[in-house]
Amino acid sequence: MIPSAFDYAAPATVAEALSVLADAGDDVKLLAGGQSLIPVMKLRLADPAMVVDLGRIGELSGVRDDGDALLIGAMTTHHQVATDPLVAAHLPLLAKAAATVADPQVRHRGTFGGALVHADPAGDLPAAVLAADATFILAGPGGERRVEAADFFQGYFTTAVAEGEILTHIRVPKYTGWGAHYEKFTRVAQQWSIVAVAAMVRVEDGTIAEARIGLTNMGSTPLRAAAVEQALAGTPLTREAIAAASAHAAEGTDPASDLNGDASYRRHLAEVLTRRAVIAAAGL
Amino acid sequence: MASSKTITVEVDDVSYTDDVEPRLLLVQYLRERLGKTGTLIGCDTTNCGACTVHLDGVSVKSCTMFAVQADGHSVTTIEGLARDGKLAPIQQAFHECHALQCGFCTPGMIMQSASLLNENPHPSEQEIRDGLEGNLCRCTGYQNIVAAVQAAAEGTVSSDSGASESAGVA
Repeated sequence: MIPSAFDYAAPATVAEALSVLADAGDDVKLLAGGQSLIPVMKLRLADPAMVVDLGRIGELSGVRDDGDALLIGAMTTHHQVATDPLVAAHLPLLAKAAATVADPQVRHRGTFGGALVHADPAGDLPAAVLAADATFILAGPGGERRVEAADFFQGYFTTAVAEGEILTHIRVPKYTGWGAHYEKFTRVAQQWSIVAVAAMVRVEDGTIAEARIGLTNMGSTPLRAAAVEQALAGTPLTREAIAAASAHAAEGTDPASDLNGDASYRRHLAEVLTRRAVIAAAGL
Repeated sequence: MASSKTITVEVDDVSYTDDVEPRLLLVQYLRERLGKTGTLIGCDTTNCGACTVHLDGVSVKSCTMFAVQADGHSVTTIEGLARDGKLAPIQQAFHECHALQCGFCTPGMIMQSASLLNENPHPSEQEIRDGLEGNLCRCTGYQNIVAAVQAAAEGTVSSDSGASESAGVA
């Protein structure tokens, strides 16, 4: 399958990319790893007049220590996130979620920032960065602005990134010492999540002191399971207590019904997977 | 009309400079411009892995990359794995373990297996199966493919492969 013809630019810096974007009109697409964009272009579900390839911008790639947070370049690949020692030490949730994306070849090309801006409700990274209260750093014609994860995801495939802007980095607070797990449910290999749960817990003296839970594919955006987080805080570290708290996982969600399962099935999955994710995160 | 771009790509240790349309996929460039038809197009939708090649040493699906993105980079295809007429150990392992039936998935399976072994020289059976999840085989049930990767990892394949009759390998 051959995409429609397009003009191509491969700027070497963010500043140059912003200038290309400003001149390109509104029928332009940014190309990151291309593992979602190229398939939809081949199907001609997208046929941009211009493609701006961010793959030559070295400053957008890599993971950096930034004090109480990690600064992850938007063009860092899933494979890099899944195997980076800083991520493993301070944000194992991200490593575990990134390791479940698609398949190894796609993880070698697909990018952390590209997947977040794509904002597929079944994508694995949005729920993880939402649970971690990440901050999105956007470069635009007016300079840099920052958007909190809670405001970034706005609907199906829709984020706070405005026309003419580029996601450059994601700043994710460190959760050093927290237990983490990403529990993903699919029927076959390399499938999108039917439902998945991102969980981080801080255990103190046999008690769950704090928990952070993100839900994948339980609505048009990733969601926090706030009721579960509240129910877990201060509970003893037992399977029974975790199961009781996880029963709140579907509260406030609005899952879709599709060929993989209807909404009630997804609500059931959210409870089961939350229980499993928290138990695994707590090391029980 | 979109203008063409000049790219320089090293493919199987040979440098090529060509004008390409930006929409030309890497797999089309390899097959139709360079004649490297060892790399196959299966599903053409990023699922089956038949088109797997290495970009700067790691596996990618060449149907899901534009040739312009490979400008300045190095590509290895199944045709570049053998050295001096000798199959690479992973190719020899596929041959000896009969890790194929129709052979259509084989170039991609071998390239992904090679990438997997580069990253993890001694994978468990589960790690092999997970590592090959982006490659579909409709004939073998995967058993002999997993066995071949294990044999290559364990170094138990024959080293005398000069007279191999395997197709598609120089």
